[in-house]
Amino acid sequence: MPISWFLALRFFREGRMQSVLIVVGVSVGVAVMVFLSALIDGLQTSLVRQTLGTQAHIVVRPPDEVARPMLTPDDGSRVAVHVERSAQRVRSIDGWQRALRTLATMPEITDASPTVSGPAVALRGNASKAVMLQGVEPDRFARIYPIRERMVQGTFAPVGTTCVIGRELAQDLGVSLGDKLRLASVGGVSDVYTIGGIFDLGNREVNRRWVVVSTRSAQTLLDLVGGVSSIDLRVREIFSAEATAAAVTARTGLVAESWMQTNAQLLVALRSQASSSGMIQFFVILAVAMGIASVLVVSVVQKGKEIGILRAMGTSRRSVLAVFLIQGAMVGLIGSVLGTAFGAGLGALFAGLVRNADGTPTFPIVVGLPLVARSAAIALGTGVLSAALPARAASKLDPAVAIRNG
Amino acid sequence: MADPVLMLDAVTKSFGTTVVTEVIKGVSLRIERGEFTALVGPSGSGKSTLLNILGLLDRPTSGRVAIVGEETTTLDDAGLTRLRGRSIGFVFQFHHLLPGLTVAENVMMPMIAERGRTSKEMHPRAVRLLERVGIAAKADARPAELSGGQQQRVAIARALALDPPLVLADEPTGNLDTKTADQIFEVLREFNRELGVAFLIVTHDPRLAARCDRTLTLVDGRIVSDVRIAAT
Ligand SMILES: Nc1ncnc2c1ncn2[C@@H]1O[C@H](COP(=O)(O)OP(=O)(O)OP(=O)(O)O)[C@@H](O)[C@H]1O
Ligand SMILES: [Mg+2]
Repeated sequence: MPISWFLALRFFREGRMQSVLIVVGVSVGVAVMVFLSALIDGLQTSLVRQTLGTQAHIVVRPPDEVARPMLTPDDGSRVAVHVERSAQRVRSIDGWQRALRTLATMPEITDASPTVSGPAVALRGNASKAVMLQGVEPDRFARIYPIRERMVQGTFAPVGTTCVIGRELAQDLGVSLGDKLRLASVGGVSDVYTIGGIFDLGNREVNRRWVVVSTRSAQTLLDLVGGVSSIDLRVREIFSAEATAAAVTARTGLVAESWMQTNAQLLVALRSQASSSGMIQFFVILAVAMGIASVLVVSVVQKGKEIGILRAMGTSRRSVLAVFLIQGAMVGLIGSVLGTAFGAGLGALFAGLVRNADGTPTFPIVVGLPLVARSAAIALGTGVLSAALPARAASKLDPAVAIRNG
Repeated sequence: MADPVLMLDAVTKSFGTTVVTEVIKGVSLRIERGEFTALVGPSGSGKSTLLNILGLLDRPTSGRVAIVGEETTTLDDAGLTRLRGRSIGFVFQFHHLLPGLTVAENVMMPMIAERGRTSKEMHPRAVRLLERVGIAAKADARPAELSGGQQQRVAIARALALDPPLVLADEPTGNLDTKTADQIFEVLREFNRELGVAFLIVTHDPRLAARCDRTLTLVDGRIVSDVRIAAT
């Protein structure tokens, strides 16, 4: 065993109480760091998942119709003074099939679902509700939204005259699986559909408004034969959705809106959470570093005489320096191992305590390998760095003075 | 003729920067191999200061120090450390054993420092040295569990761990009762006779000084007498 390791281990064992205390201190710091990171990661993952459960990562629409004021050619004075936005008529994406092919070539985009959506009214006896028709190709739609896992009754198969509605709408209309429903568009087209499935996407508004039918049904009802009103996209990297949306616009000339744009507030919240967790981690690291440094400073002062004797006996300055660096590293490493275990345990405990009504954890707390590796590296680095000053002081001790003052 | 184990040439030592006090005022000295020498003198005369310079723990303000023919003035700290570890053993007034190490590990310390690492044959070597000073049974005890005399025996074993040609001892018996002091002195004397190790022993005890081959007297930073007693 190298001399520095030998001495570091003996000193560590000798100062048992100090060693235990500082290791406990570092462990608690690391545990706080690990637990907090895992908690915030879990919270963010669950928030994002919840949000994206009822939203496509990117929605592609036709470009806005610009309402231009009419001008008389000679003097430029306006004929129509008051300009209305063009009517909320459902419009089709020009050349949507070409656009779909273009989107398929973009590696960032994993799935695309052309959708025919527009307002309609659902009628059942005396009850009528304003709804949002979603005309989709079932398989493509199911790759964008987790609807197959979220069916409460029946199956997700909106084909022919079968429709799939949300739980709240079913309650509002007093209908259940297999019942008939009349869907009427604003344009006056209407038809009768059988309820083939009831879903719960975890969002009341969506459960109350969405009526999912086949593409063809929606096209007929909304008078949009052969066209689609939007294309929903799923991307590989959700936090690059904004950039991907910009790329889509550039490639297709269509309007592409990412979830990050529609949920700007959520993003601000996520970012401030992340930065506050960063700040807490910074202060934890600082406290851990000061703890290690102060214990080692005291130890160097206490061991001044012994260091002098070691030097008198032929121990080099470098070895003395290494002894204290190793002690710092050992404290950091042991502390990070214990602390990570402790933090992970806390996380598991917390995940067990905070549960939804149905018994599933409110949010997943995952202490992953990257998190463990990162906190171990931070603790080790902090240990060595905070030991640097005391170690230097120890190696600079003048043996003659150290022995005399002993 | 072989190099003396120790040679000092016009060594001075001053302390302080604003108020400079010269503690060693020009000492020249040779100690031959196997010499058993006492260094005596009143308190504050500079004995410990001189010993620190001889032991390469401190550098002289001026003058030269050579250990076994090796000039030390030009050596850097690492060089001094290496030469010190190899050539000089120390015994202090207080045993100065490391409390966190066992007795055997304390004796191994100079070996570990010289090699830069521990190795298997060091423990048996340490135990053999402890046998010579008569406390092999305590090899695995902690220094705190030993009596003052036993601690000093361990310190002597440690000083001799690397078979140095010279051992410097600063009042090695100063802290012991007369009977124990005599025993410790005998241990030193045996190593001197059997292994030919040169000793320089600082002592306030005239009885012990009288039993050395040579007595140096330091007064106010100068050697005022150097008496050799014919071997009996
Ligand atoms: N580092 C230092 N700084 C300032 N003065 C010092 C230093 N070391 C020694 N001295 C002074 O040098 C003088 C000699 O000290 P030293 O310890 O060498 O005497 P000594 O002969 O060993 O005395 P004693 O017999 O009491 O041990 C003393 O006056 C002491 O105060
Ligand atoms: Mg002294």
